[in-house]
Amino acid sequence: MTLSTETRAELLEIAARYPEKRSGLLPMLHLVQSAEGRITPEGIETCAEILEISPADVSGVATFYTMYKRKPVGDYHVGVCTNTLCAVMGGDEIFARLKDHLDVGNDETSEKRPGDQAQVTLEHLECNAACDYAPVVMVNWEFMDNQTPQSAVQLVDDLRAGVEVHSTRGPRLCTWREAERVLAGFNDGLADEGPAAGPASLVGLGIARERGWTAPEGERSPRAVDAAPAVPSEPADAPRAAAETDDGVAEAAAVEQDSPTSKTAADKKEAD
Amino acid sequence: MTDVTGSIDTLTPVLTQDWDAERSWTLETYTARGGYQALDKALGMAPDDIVAAVKDSGLRGRGGAGFPTGMKWSFIPQDNPKPKYLVVNADESEPGTCKDTPLMMASPHLLVEGVIISSFAIRANHAFIYVRGEILHVIRRVQAAVAEAYAAGHLGKNIHGSGYDLDVVVHAGAGAYICGEETALLEGLEGRRGQPRLRPPFPAVAGLYACPTVINNVESIASVPSIVANGAGWFASMGTEKSKGYGIFSLSGHVTTPGQYEAPLGITLRELLDLAGGVRHGHELKFWTPGGSSTPLLTAEHLDIPLDFEGVAGAGSMLGTRALQVFDQTTCVVRAVLRWTEFYKHESCGKCTPCREGTWWLVQTLGALERGQGNEADLDLLLDQCDNILGRSFCALADGATSPIVSSLQYFRDEYVAHLTHGGCPFDASASTAWAGALTGASTS
Amino acid sequence: MTTTPDKTDLVSVTIDGIQVDVAPDTLVIRAAEQVGVQIPRFCDHPLLAPVGACRQCLVDVPDAGNGRGFPKPQAACTLPVAPGMVVNTQATSEVADKAQQGIMEFLLINHPLDCPVCDKGGECPLQNQAMSNGRGESRFVGSGAGGVKRTFPKPINLSPQVLLDRERCIVCQRCTRFAEQIPGDPFIALVERGAQQQIGIADNAPFLSYFSGNTIQICPVGALTSESYRFRSRPFDLVSSPSIAEHDACGSAIRVDHRRGKVMRRLAGNDPEVNEEWITDKDRFAFTYAVEPDRLTYPQVRDEDGSLRPASWPEAFAVAARGLRAAGSVGVLTGGRLTGEDAFAYSKFARVALGTNDIDFRARPHSAEEAEFLAAHVVATGPEGGSVTYTDLETASTVVLVGFEPEDEAGAIFLRLRKAALHHGTRVLAIAPFTTRGLRKMHGTLVPTAPGDEPAALSSLLGHADHGLDARAVVLVGERLATVPGALSAVAELVAKSGARLAWVPRRAGDRGALETGCLPGLLPGGRPVSDAAARVDAATSWGVDSLPETPGRDGDAIVAALLAGDLGGLVIGGVDPHDTTDPAATTAAIAAASFVVALDLRASDVTRAADVVFPVAPVTDKAGSFVNWEGRVRTFDRVLANPASLPDLRVLAGIAEEMGTPLGFRTVEDVWSQMEDLGPWDGARATMTPVAPTAAGADADSQGLRLATWKQMLDNGTMLAGDKHLAATARPAVARVSRAVHDACGPTVTVTGDRGSVTLPCEVADDLVDGVVWLPASSTGRGLLADLASPGSRVTVTGGN
Repeated sequence: MTLSTETRAELLEIAARYPEKRSGLLPMLHLVQSAEGRITPEGIETCAEILEISPADVSGVATFYTMYKRKPVGDYHVGVCTNTLCAVMGGDEIFARLKDHLDVGNDETSEKRPGDQAQVTLEHLECNAACDYAPVVMVNWEFMDNQTPQSAVQLVDDLRAGVEVHSTRGPRLCTWREAERVLAGFNDGLADEGPAAGPASLVGLGIARERGWTAPEGERSPRAVDAAPAVPSEPADAPRAAAETDDGVAEAAAVEQDSPTSKTAADKKEAD
Repeated sequence: MTDVTGSIDTLTPVLTQDWDAERSWTLETYTARGGYQALDKALGMAPDDIVAAVKDSGLRGRGGAGFPTGMKWSFIPQDNPKPKYLVVNADESEPGTCKDTPLMMASPHLLVEGVIISSFAIRANHAFIYVRGEILHVIRRVQAAVAEAYAAGHLGKNIHGSGYDLDVVVHAGAGAYICGEETALLEGLEGRRGQPRLRPPFPAVAGLYACPTVINNVESIASVPSIVANGAGWFASMGTEKSKGYGIFSLSGHVTTPGQYEAPLGITLRELLDLAGGVRHGHELKFWTPGGSSTPLLTAEHLDIPLDFEGVAGAGSMLGTRALQVFDQTTCVVRAVLRWTEFYKHESCGKCTPCREGTWWLVQTLGALERGQGNEADLDLLLDQCDNILGRSFCALADGATSPIVSSLQYFRDEYVAHLTHGGCPFDASASTAWAGALTGASTS
Repeated sequence: MTTTPDKTDLVSVTIDGIQVDVAPDTLVIRAAEQVGVQIPRFCDHPLLAPVGACRQCLVDVPDAGNGRGFPKPQAACTLPVAPGMVVNTQATSEVADKAQQGIMEFLLINHPLDCPVCDKGGECPLQNQAMSNGRGESRFVGSGAGGVKRTFPKPINLSPQVLLDRERCIVCQRCTRFAEQIPGDPFIALVERGAQQQIGIADNAPFLSYFSGNTIQICPVGALTSESYRFRSRPFDLVSSPSIAEHDACGSAIRVDHRRGKVMRRLAGNDPEVNEEWITDKDRFAFTYAVEPDRLTYPQVRDEDGSLRPASWPEAFAVAARGLRAAGSVGVLTGGRLTGEDAFAYSKFARVALGTNDIDFRARPHSAEEAEFLAAHVVATGPEGGSVTYTDLETASTVVLVGFEPEDEAGAIFLRLRKAALHHGTRVLAIAPFTTRGLRKMHGTLVPTAPGDEPAALSSLLGHADHGLDARAVVLVGERLATVPGALSAVAELVAKSGARLAWVPRRAGDRGALETGCLPGLLPGGRPVSDAAARVDAATSWGVDSLPETPGRDGDAIVAALLAGDLGGLVIGGVDPHDTTDPAATTAAIAAASFVVALDLRASDVTRAADVVFPVAPVTDKAGSFVNWEGRVRTFDRVLANPASLPDLRVLAGIAEEMGTPLGFRTVEDVWSQMEDLGPWDGARATMTPVAPTAAGADADSQGLRLATWKQMLDNGTMLAGDKHLAATARPAVARVSRAVHDACGPTVTVTGDRGSVTLPCEVADDLVDGVVWLPASSTGRGLLADLASPGSRVTVTGGN
């Protein structure tokens, strides 16, 4: 067994989170990836042993879910959404450009050139629930919204060069293995990094704020207590609410300097 | 007030209300803005009264199928001595759907509060939030919110002194669209391959660990605190007769301002497009999905149908997850449909024949057509393949796979034929990209 | 007992216009069978839980019984009937027919067109149903750019015996469901997903199950094949003969497929009362022992120069008769492979031709206590008389296993017990030294017991707070318990006091029949006690002789001792391996010491090489006969192969007896049947048993070392496993099971030393092994433990192996 005793103990800890230990298998396999860089036969055997199920059953699970990798993954897993919407919006072009730039095929890892600090594994993804930021690239399952072929090339170059990169809607990027550890349920303390929401997430809210639109007042609105300015009950309050929320939008949008979406959103607001 | 439907605003931020707040994801912000007050109210109610309130509100599942949430809860047999479970379906994966992800990122405590109230209502002492694994920062935020809620006494033993106990586990998935199907999700949560289970028994009777289980979408659960706080009538005052309340509408694609718009059910795409600045400049709407790729495509002629369960069904599609993917005239519908079909093939769990083999074949037939190979008879073959898949498969995944094909052939048969006569795709794919916005459309031959 | 439901309990449904009444919860697919409609299906199997995966059995349901129909076709294999339900199958519904054709088309698009070289071709459900429910031409190859089939390298080994051709597989999950649901060996599983989904194993974890071959049989396509049978023949060239498996006491129904006088393969028969549709891999694959090169094909007699030479049958009969007459007193030892008819012949031959009761079928450690136990509690019982049956195991509250490891020693019992435990709440208790894999799979509970302590463990169950027994309990006693003084007496006491029922499970197929036909020193056929004058007269009358010997005979050990002591001169020995006997060295020496030995055997062995006359006897394929299984159920079978030169033991014994001037009155199996029928079972008083006190606990407390626990693994060095190397490769490795402390002190390889020698083998920890015990497989190393190490239950020492 190559798994350390610490990893073993953590696998047991994951299994113990659930009323029935087999429920721990998905996060346990995430932890195996964090520890081993991929799903290894040893990892499968260890999970099987802990959960008292057959290695074949574990293997069946490990090969069903696409986030589990049997080949070693680079420091950064770069996923390009090529489901229809992102593909049409340019995901196909981004993916093609990255394949060419990295000289890899789908699900392959870049060569480590002299001077490279990190390796990148490229994969095309199905819809990653960020369609309002299309085309979307994911790095270690962090959002890189509104990409272009140029921005994506810069992104992978930065990653390989060891330049610190921040998610457009999340924290500073950690490594794939570190990310897998979070998926296994181990806190990395980064929850407070990044914005609350990206600009596209806020466009509807921003319009409502501008126009003073709200849900009707209820029997007792929990939001009415401390957030009165945000929930104007009188149309007369609308301008004030809009003014206040504009700051919020602007602040969030500032995180995404180059996002075409946020720019158009901002234009829209100015036009209004 | 609550009974005047005519006075309802076009957009009604409830779930999205706090998203622009400073550090909105923290307990501090959430509490400062009135969070967890609904929980106190709920804990003072009889569980059955909460179920009744949710029933009376008319809330229907926000995960796509639209099953009445309160009715789902009332199916939990309370005379069953086994433990009851609440499972939140946060496996948001339907192409085009991107509402739960920002919700959990910005307002995870709204979900957690909803989980506590909902669990209390169905008498569950254990709840699980199954989040798809590919949204890491969302998982961090939900994990952190659960940890904060424990520390604040909103979770754990004797919540708020009520004597009610609840534990919540955040469970990261690992990449499988099918786990959005509730029984497949349970399989994933039990550490198995995410393949749908035979029903009956239904999860309400034998779900997680063969115990009574409610599985609800994130948005459904997150709607519960507002219903409890403001009353069923308040919720029902929004929306339409059979599709009550508000919902998040996600606009994506060729619109000027894609993003999330929270509005009463029944709003139209025309209204939403007006808010979003219309289809991107210089282009016109060609086709759109009302609720993700599994809902049949609609066109410009459907701009004024009310986006509620009945209205969209009346137009031959489904409301689904209100994932409005908008495509302008630069988009090749055959390419779009082929890509979706490849998605269904990729995500087919493999359990049943029509889905596993049918999607395999559909991709080949469509792929050939997209390349201009084959002949018009293949279009009828394609429809017959869909006919042999639809309603024959184990779960609805394969039904979804047929939706874009059948609907695109209904509205754009000529475009398929054009591929054959053109000997390939007549569209310029680069004209559709986000950075080609200023360019003019394709040269349809 | 299963009860036929009351007419009023039945559910009335209409299928294809025909009304039929079926039991509630009947699946539509089976209700349709009752009106003669075969709905095509692949994943459906009546003994496996429904899965609804293949979707081939879609039917139209215009009325679900509530006046409303299903809008879409429904899978008949997962849909239970409801009162008033209306179902239209492909026979009457275009919707159902089109749905089925559509599914069939999907199944075929990726299926290779290699039927001409596929083992399944000719008996393939996919092939057959494609003909009956599919379209004639493929639209796949003609569609679009021409369909491209999914391909895989083929085949891959799931185990040394079972191969998988993934291109042929339609992932119906019959095999994986079988592995998980029936034997509990989920070492094959669905892996990958979608169109790439396939059956697979984990790295370094092959599909090693004693029951793996069943997956091949239930595979509805040619995806699973065996190394043993792959490419050997075409189904339409084979003749199929029903038979009964000869490897254990289960009496499993099998089908023997043969071509031109050669057995090509064996399959499970379908006997719901016995083995359902499952058999062990031993029953399936272990048949080539009969065609090994050392098979005896002609009689031999010892020449003047001391060597064995071929002889004619008449000469051999004459030489044998002459020698036995000259030898004076003669003993008879039979092995475990005899049919009931052959055993009857030995029993009668001993009494009538040799005039002795010195006969014993127990070619294994045995005791006088056991003989009494068998006479008092086992012989002449059977299902018709209320003995414990397989079905009873499913309704039992508790089943106690003592001296018995079902997974190794009686596979069909293991499967039935597992079913009982999983589906009927039967509690399995094992009086054994550790929790075996088999016990775990039966969700059983261990009553931790060191060898020798079984009497106390049995007694402890009386009135036990958790393990108390009632009249719905069953005690299954293995033959191994004979080696523990007082244990069988304790069993008798336990069942008498608790009201529990009892069954004795020998390991070999012929043992129970030999008991029934009197191959014991104290019993005549039909359970007639030798000590009972009336019983002797009864038998003598039937047999047409004046009298039968009344002196109780010697048992096997005593026969060996008497030969060595010169008290017995001659020996008739049939199918005995000395290494199986109580003291292999003594048995071998006794054979050497005997003045005249007649050996009847299938293959050459040390025994035949030492004999004065050797008769080849027919393997079980070459003769009709019967085995009496552990239930006491008579399992009759016909001859499979016509081989006139292959004579059953009974014909050989008849020939010798005729030469001796004491004809037995039979020459054929049919003759024996009529004699057995004439004799019938004994209706007089049963023999009673004198209880034997257990050895005082701790009597050997001063002894050094560990107590030896052992039994035979199903697949081991047994002679009837010879000839199939693929099967042998699936055997569980020979390991010693030791405590953690012994493992850490001596492992990973240990040398175990007893009074007969030493055995070195790897060891594994058995977590709950009783202190002071080591377990070794009885016949997986060398000549077996009895010859190489020590007697079961005796003291052995364990040291580091190197």
